[in-house]
Amino acid sequence: MLREHRDLLAPIAAGGALGSLARWGIAEALPQSPQESTLPWATLLTNVSGCLLLGLLMAFILGPWSTVPFWGRYLRPFLGVGVLGGYTTFSTYALETYALSGHATALAMFYLLLSVVAGVAAVWLGLILGRVVVRDSGRPVERGHR
Amino acid sequence: MTVLLVLLGGAVGAPARYLTDVYLRERTGADFPWGTMAVNAVGSLVLGLLAGAAAGGVLPAWVLTLAGTGFCGALTTFSTFSYETVRLAEDGRWRSAALNVVGSLAIGAIAVSLGWVAGSAI
Repeated sequence: MLREHRDLLAPIAAGGALGSLARWGIAEALPQSPQESTLPWATLLTNVSGCLLLGLLMAFILGPWSTVPFWGRYLRPFLGVGVLGGYTTFSTYALETYALSGHATALAMFYLLLSVVAGVAAVWLGLILGRVVVRDSGRPVERGHR
Repeated sequence: MTVLLVLLGGAVGAPARYLTDVYLRERTGADFPWGTMAVNAVGSLVLGLLAGAAAGGVLPAWVLTLAGTGFCGALTTFSTFSYETVRLAEDGRWRSAALNVVGSLAIGAIAVSLGWVAGSAI
């Protein structure tokens, strides 16, 4: 299993480190205590912006970038799996929802649903925008999985 | 120091997510994002455990930064989860898309609360 993916692990690790650092930076810039009854803005901003970027990115990765020699193989592992995977987070989102549910149940439910709706909408928007740009540049748009 | 801990945790968490995803995809052979659901569940459980222990004062702050912010943050992903949901929906597999959302949220919530309760008990 590892053999055919071994060369992808370093770009994924490097991307994951960079993405995590960016996520941490945003959390430091917008500090918030879990005891506060406010939306966890830092995580929401991170996750939704990461979703938008992943949608955009995938339109290019499945489209024109899929034929880029050599580097094409590393674009998705580095940028998609690494940077954006490390940038966005599910665990902190789950923990913040849990912490909020203890003292602000309605807000916890709102945060839970808002994140998913905004995240899915952002990916979709990114994909649509990306496909428009790709189509306008006259390159083929591939649909198909992953 | 904190920056290095986040970088290190992220550098381990992201490949761990990728390898889990590849392994589960080969094992299940299913066209459903089990891998992402699995890492999100495990990462939520571990972060709940760490945060619960940290709240109880038995975990040094640097461990929470390294293993929580760095490792669990990068092990789990929200962007891939959303992307896979959109792809299922685009393929007309609405039930799978709905199952992915409801399943991920339910399992994540259960995992983080179990982790927190266990971590607080330490």
